[in-house]
Amino acid sequence: MLYLSVIVLIPLAAVVVKAVSSGAGTLWSSIDNTLTLRALAITLGASLLVAAIGAVMGTLVAWVLVRDHFPGQRLVNALIDLPFALPTIVAGLTLIALYGPGSPVGIDLAYTRGAVIVALMFVTLPFVVRSVQPVLIELDSEVEEAAASLGASNATTFRRIILPALRPAIFSGGALAFARSVGEFGSLALIAGKVQIASIVIYADIESGSEQSAAALSVVLMVISLIMLFLIRRLGGQVDR
Amino acid sequence: MRIEANGISKRFGDFVALDDVSLDVAEGGLTALLGPSGSGKSTLLRIIAGLEDPDRGQVRIAARDVTWARPQDRGIGFVFQHYAAFAHMSVFENVAFALKIRKRKEAEVRARVEELLALVGLTQWSQQRPHQLSGGQRQRMALARALAVEPQVLLLDEPFGALDANVRAELRRWLRRLHDEQGVTTVLVTHDQEEAMEVADTIAVMNKGRIEQVGAPRDVYDKPATDFVMGFLGPVSKIDGRLVRPHDVTISLVPLDAAVEAMVKRVVHLGFEVRIELELSGGEPARAQLTRAQSDELELSRGDVVYVRLPAALLTAAGAGAPPRPITA
Amino acid sequence: MIVSRRATLSLRAVALLYLGLLLLLPVGVVFWRTFEHGIGTAWAFMTTPAAISAFWLTVLIAVIAVPLNTIFGVGAALVLTRSNARGKAILDSLIDLPFVVSPVIVGLALLLVYGQGGWFGSAFLNNGIRIIYAVPGMVIATVFVSLPFVVREVAPVLREVGDEQEQAAATLGASSWQTFWRVTLPTIRWGVAYGVVLTTARALGEIGAVLVVSSNVAGSTLTLPLLVYQRDEQIGGQVTTSVYAAATELAVLSIAVLLVMTLFGRRKDAS
Repeated sequence: MLYLSVIVLIPLAAVVVKAVSSGAGTLWSSIDNTLTLRALAITLGASLLVAAIGAVMGTLVAWVLVRDHFPGQRLVNALIDLPFALPTIVAGLTLIALYGPGSPVGIDLAYTRGAVIVALMFVTLPFVVRSVQPVLIELDSEVEEAAASLGASNATTFRRIILPALRPAIFSGGALAFARSVGEFGSLALIAGKVQIASIVIYADIESGSEQSAAALSVVLMVISLIMLFLIRRLGGQVDR
Repeated sequence: MRIEANGISKRFGDFVALDDVSLDVAEGGLTALLGPSGSGKSTLLRIIAGLEDPDRGQVRIAARDVTWARPQDRGIGFVFQHYAAFAHMSVFENVAFALKIRKRKEAEVRARVEELLALVGLTQWSQQRPHQLSGGQRQRMALARALAVEPQVLLLDEPFGALDANVRAELRRWLRRLHDEQGVTTVLVTHDQEEAMEVADTIAVMNKGRIEQVGAPRDVYDKPATDFVMGFLGPVSKIDGRLVRPHDVTISLVPLDAAVEAMVKRVVHLGFEVRIELELSGGEPARAQLTRAQSDELELSRGDVVYVRLPAALLTAAGAGAPPRPITA
Repeated sequence: MIVSRRATLSLRAVALLYLGLLLLLPVGVVFWRTFEHGIGTAWAFMTTPAAISAFWLTVLIAVIAVPLNTIFGVGAALVLTRSNARGKAILDSLIDLPFVVSPVIVGLALLLVYGQGGWFGSAFLNNGIRIIYAVPGMVIATVFVSLPFVVREVAPVLREVGDEQEQAAATLGASSWQTFWRVTLPTIRWGVAYGVVLTTARALGEIGAVLVVSSNVAGSTLTLPLLVYQRDEQIGGQVTTSVYAAATELAVLSIAVLLVMTLFGRRKDAS
């Protein structure tokens, strides 16, 4: 507990204190200005988009990994964890290498919102896939067979039987992807450029000495994170009694 | 070693698991704690073992007060319903565990383990892992493991509950033989009254946190102290406000003194025995059990009206005359 | 559900294309760009004094952070699953915090507490201990962000296995320590191993928090990720080999970690 406090609790409390140290009024105006609000809007918007696309593509990938069989499948399965293992800054760099200036395929997304989206999708890929996979594996094929015997087409079976069973996992994976995207820094540091991502704004504020406004924006992000944490735990249902 | 439990009480939240329970287990005996789920028998066993603490009461093993001693210090051996095998160790290492942590010499450990494995018939399996064994084999390993350091007292918590019926039957006979050979004071928890009757010297029948009766199997069956004990130990029918065993019921085709009228609903032939399912005049069901010979004599079939009578002992208490005899038609 | 062959192939194609474009191709391009001008050039960039010290600093921080979090992780997992302590739910939630808090916020937080003018900052500085803008701060930052992994891998295993084996060990005479060492630990070893690997990967790759608390001086407070960042900043514009080279070093390290991760992951699921 002591370990935890020193490392985690006290520093985070300090951020909150700093944010409110100049009074609630200053806190509010730090948040309620165009730059900050714009950063928040862009960050939240991008994160939402990434979570949504990730939910769809992640489920698709999970499906192919569980229900399909092809040579090299185990390798592909292992590859899903690459974003977990790869440092975020390298992730950002790889995306710039391929889709930025000097790109071998001529696509230049650097410093645009496109780059941000792609980077976040890289980083959050494993969340939905790994969340959905175990549930797909556990699904009882007998239920689907029963549906088929009763005349349901594949599309119907998927829509009415499989999808509802997967929904909690998809949501929980998507929520994790969203939470991660909101706070992501490393992969965006090199490529975001003019795009005002919240975490980069905070960094800029710290570097330029405006610790108070950095703290203010941080508090907003922390509140969002805490809400997400609460939601994720609810969806995951994993609480030690 | 003698076990004495005095005035044990234990609750879990609002649930009263044990209510002022006292039990004496004689040295070298095999006692069964028999009762339905929730009767408190496992809780009592675990308190004797030290795996739970009582709210009130005292536990003594070999005249030593162990109420607050840790399980490690009580000199007990414990066998769990689901084996609690050390999954990452071989059978040999499982059995050797208690010896190894007491830092016994390697040669001594090996000799003792081999002796125990031979005793429980698992010698060829000594290098296997528990998951490679059948349930019955795992439980025998668990017993060998518990006996390794010669405990004063052996405690078994529904040891055969997770096994198939035929394995259960075989193992309970085996356990009795083992007990006769080794002579360790043993307490066995079970909800199976047949198991208790077959294996134990003494049965303590428990219900809702209390001990209802303690006695030899025969006494508990023939002279039940309460209605619950009677009903739990064997089948009962309620006739004339009294509880009676089906095989003590007399059936007559002709009205007799103090006999109740009943109608035959079903005649079930179970090999040597014949079970007669009856409906009494008030509409309540009753059962009688006859030998084939008796049944053949009566030639009963569905719909017949007969007269059922309680056994002499119960009738004498009510002041009736000579013992009844069925009048053959 | 029996899916038509055509549908199966289409799904497979879409999935593989997606993964290829998102994962493989970008990583492949980095390797290509690294060795574009020859292995010699790449090697030269990887072996500059700054690069070498960055490598060792990264390893050093990981070597400190990982064991600390492992011990904490196993302890916390035991508390969460085997004890009746109050406040378990709070502990549980706190452990998840590093997962959801942005790394730069972590850096800011540490700055505010241990930096000059911070809550404890002056106390440390007056005794000649630099935490912020020095390696100790970077260690604390890394410990923070890689905190939860071991707990989150070990706790489910402990929960699922249950404590019956430990009760059995107690009845057989084992002390608490003997029980932990001979029964509990072997049971959770693959969970611990996998957790350690995840922690290591996170520690090696940390940039957000460390960037804030480091003085970014080559040779003393630059880790490998920071080196990549710094080289890119210095270039401005098109990324050059020097940046790619440093990135490749990191990538190779992490792919090695990924391989171990996969290996241990499979062992963990099998046990």
